[in-house]
Amino acid sequence: MKLKILHETSYSYDAPIEALAQSLRLTPSVHEGQRVGEWRISVSGGQRGAGFRDGAGDWVEGWTVRGPIDKVVVTIQGLIETRDTAGVLRGHRETINPLVYMRSTPATRSNDALQALAHSVKGEDGLDLAHELSAAVHGAIAYVPGATEVWTSAAEALALGQGVCQDHAHALIACARARGLPARYVSGYLHSNLDGTPHDAAHAWAEIHVGTLGWVGFDAANACCPDDRYIRLGSGYDAPDAAPVRGMAFGPSRESLDVRVHVEEIQQ
Amino acid sequence: MFYNEMFEGSEVRAPYAMLSDWVDTMPADMRQMKQAEAEALFRRIGITFAVYGEGGDPDRLIPFDMMPRVFLQGEWRRLERGIKQRARALNAFLRDVYSRGEIIRAGRIPARLVYQNAAYEKAVVGFVPPRGVFSHIVGIDIVRTGRDDFHVLEDNCRTPSGVSYMLENREIMMRMFPALFRNNRIEPVDQYPEILRRTLASVAPAKCADEPTVVILTPGHFNSAYYEHSFLANLMGVELVEGNDLFVDAGLVYMRTTEGPKRVDVIYRRIDDPFLDPLCFRKDSMLGVPGLMDVYRSGGVAIASAPGAGVADDKAVYTYVPEMIRFYLGEEPLLQNVPTWTLWKEDDYKYVMANLADLVVKEVHGSGGYGMLIGPKASKDEIARFADLIRANPDNYIAQPTLALSTSPTFVAEGVAPRHVDLRPFCLCGDRLELVPGGLTRVALREGSLVVNSSQGGGVKDTWVLSE
Amino acid sequence: MLCRTAANLFWMGRHLERAETAARLLDVGARMTLLPNTEAGYRNEWESLLRAAGSQHSFAGSYGDSITQENIESWLFFDKENPSSVTSCLEQAREGGRIVRTALTSQVWDALNVAFQELRDLSRRLRSQVDTSMLTDFTTRHGATVRGAINASQLRNDGWHFINLGYSLERADATSRLLDVKYFVLLPRIEFIGSGLDNYQWQVILRALSAHRAFHWAYGGEITAGKVADFLILNGESPRSLLSSLYEAVWNLDRLTRRYGEAVPASASALAHETLERLMAHDIDAIFDEGLHEFLSWFIGEIGSISDAVHDDYFSGRM
Repeated sequence: MKLKILHETSYSYDAPIEALAQSLRLTPSVHEGQRVGEWRISVSGGQRGAGFRDGAGDWVEGWTVRGPIDKVVVTIQGLIETRDTAGVLRGHRETINPLVYMRSTPATRSNDALQALAHSVKGEDGLDLAHELSAAVHGAIAYVPGATEVWTSAAEALALGQGVCQDHAHALIACARARGLPARYVSGYLHSNLDGTPHDAAHAWAEIHVGTLGWVGFDAANACCPDDRYIRLGSGYDAPDAAPVRGMAFGPSRESLDVRVHVEEIQQ
Repeated sequence: MFYNEMFEGSEVRAPYAMLSDWVDTMPADMRQMKQAEAEALFRRIGITFAVYGEGGDPDRLIPFDMMPRVFLQGEWRRLERGIKQRARALNAFLRDVYSRGEIIRAGRIPARLVYQNAAYEKAVVGFVPPRGVFSHIVGIDIVRTGRDDFHVLEDNCRTPSGVSYMLENREIMMRMFPALFRNNRIEPVDQYPEILRRTLASVAPAKCADEPTVVILTPGHFNSAYYEHSFLANLMGVELVEGNDLFVDAGLVYMRTTEGPKRVDVIYRRIDDPFLDPLCFRKDSMLGVPGLMDVYRSGGVAIASAPGAGVADDKAVYTYVPEMIRFYLGEEPLLQNVPTWTLWKEDDYKYVMANLADLVVKEVHGSGGYGMLIGPKASKDEIARFADLIRANPDNYIAQPTLALSTSPTFVAEGVAPRHVDLRPFCLCGDRLELVPGGLTRVALREGSLVVNSSQGGGVKDTWVLSE
Repeated sequence: MLCRTAANLFWMGRHLERAETAARLLDVGARMTLLPNTEAGYRNEWESLLRAAGSQHSFAGSYGDSITQENIESWLFFDKENPSSVTSCLEQAREGGRIVRTALTSQVWDALNVAFQELRDLSRRLRSQVDTSMLTDFTTRHGATVRGAINASQLRNDGWHFINLGYSLERADATSRLLDVKYFVLLPRIEFIGSGLDNYQWQVILRALSAHRAFHWAYGGEITAGKVADFLILNGESPRSLLSSLYEAVWNLDRLTRRYGEAVPASASALAHETLERLMAHDIDAIFDEGLHEFLSWFIGEIGSISDAVHDDYFSGRM
């Protein structure tokens, strides 16, 4: 698919801030499933620091904004061509050993219920097990927007039986790690849901490391593996660690956020 | 038996020959006067070990013993070679595990111990700091068990503290007993701050064009080691900054000065990894600098020691340091490790559980003498309780034999008596390796005690290396 | 210099001066009670003291209605609940000094630290062994030692200017407040003006400012309200006068402005110059006509604004 992305995040402050520092992972990963045409990141009033590719293969840019300023807009405009690799992350250069992703975090910490869910399925091999786990999480947590908060943990979402893509990803990561499979959180965009309706929001899913195949994506929220509707940005232990935008403002002001995402297919 | 550094039977050993006279001719009242003078000096200079929130005197003094601990030059040179060898291997290990991990691929150290280690820092993977140095100040804790037998108890690759005591103990001894220094050739240690400054400047990042600006980053004046931070900043002639004094702008780090922003090139940080940068590590950290890690990774600033350096000084990784020396340097270790049982190995586990009463058991990530069991000193109940802790999480523990720590003569109420000591020298790693002839000698002041930690009744001594 | 270091040096200067002020207030109060002929007894004087120190309400919070000499001594000297007590100020000055240890010479640190250690010893002694004059002596003696160490050993750099700026602005503020004590004391008994008691009270203020003898050198003759006020407000030779204190602040600000050049804002310097000009345009009769209390309130407000401007110019840490 040829996709066009417009992603705009506005930060408004009730009083002018002195400065803002941001770390952005908003550039698509380099792998066989996606080829970037053009990609522009801009931060209104901001200065781009140096960028670098980290050990996970993500492109990171530090940005700073000098105040006093009461509104900052982060804009992504890009064109990308995607290909279905059945979720397999191929041709992605990274140096971090998969075992590092066995580490548990507050959002992905296991408990009895997650352990039980993780051990409720069987798999012939790692890949098979990962598919089963993804299906199990899909069955255990209903997709209900607004049921959870950004800080809801995997254990809490499972107890509630409801959640959004972030909760599905966290629960799947916790289950995979419980079965000895390294797993991580991936942030990105999704063009449309399986039924073809436009998605128009940032998206997240999990990747599980399955032996020789390496990292494979699983979107438990949509009960599928990422295909050419998915654009991969970056990864981490969990949602906060994989956040495409991490920032901190100097000043006692309160921040309010407005996000617009639009992913559109361009016809040849 | 314990190795007595001063006496062999009734004979005084060579290093202590002249101190023997000094002690014998010092009248008791003189000794008391000098001891009081030393204490007053420490208090006046303000070298106290600030302990907040525990009640009592917030400015506690670490007891200072006036009797120096002495090494002959020949003994020291051997130690020095061993320490430098170890510092080189530890840095090679860090370079390796943050890139290709050859030592793991070669099967010389288990992958799990490194990659699943809490101190292993994902954010540093793939990055090579200036001159390939991760740990710029390596503090190695050494105990002596015989005339030629030295063992490494533990490595400190993050931000080892205590060097201010090494310098101040010497300063105070020189003030109080100038004759001792005139009549003996004692190698100086006061060049340490200048060597530290040079070492830090030598790892300035490529983006630094001029003479590098070095700063020390402290968690603040409530930190128990604040005195040391400000002491070093003072002697090095660099600014002592807190996180709020620094900020990131357009890919570089600056400090806030009365004349506007000033660029910073090298940060000697005395705060822990999780607090360095709220954008990268703990979001709630108020001690760090937002955006610092991005600047670090893109070569805009150097951080000493590198985030993630702690994976090399973990007590479980410790058991593999001799292996590192063989693997990276192709040499045999000059300093021995203390034999260590790792409780995640089944055979070791069985042996340790059967012999708890004779062993010292430590938490893998513990420090300061807390979270440990000293078998021979523990009651049956204490041993049973500790055994339960081990059973619940064997991975978290290692065990070692109770070491026959050497004794050094120490002033006590009745005169001079042997007390157990250890030694922490500080090896500096930049464009070259440097070690000043001396270190921090800690002494267990209670008779028979083997615990030298200042938080548990330990004191400090001046450490001499005699020129020959 | 780091903004935080500059701010700490400035506040170290202010706290050291403020500790002396607390001790001087204590001295004024103790001497005033030696005149037992006011109707309300001692209580009246002590209360006026609290009002001048601006801590009437917080005192009541700790001691209720019990305004006794011993409680006032505790409050002004020992009490850590009172941020302006000698103990609070010395502890804050010493802690500020510890934070910026690298910007102080060892002599200054030593002097500060010795004051701090001795204060601790003093506070452990039985209250019956401690009298007011001992407390005031302690404070002025250590204050002088620290100040001497600063002037003898510190480099004449920006740090030195910030310390002295702190000292001088605080002193300008303190002398104003001490003068205002007189106002509070007299407020209920307007008929005392010009009486023997009135003159005695003016003398006490002179004494508290260690200016008793200096006054006689400068003016001679009888002590009158006009002369004392002139000496403490407008006399450029009097070391604690408003004019001298402000002049010293202006001088330090000028030095900073010159040292830092045009890239650094100088709003504090501009404001201080303006206040100095307005102060010099006054004569003592005009001040009494305007009302001493009104004049002092104006001046205290100006000093506050200059201090705020110093913060904005030098300590705010512009990025």
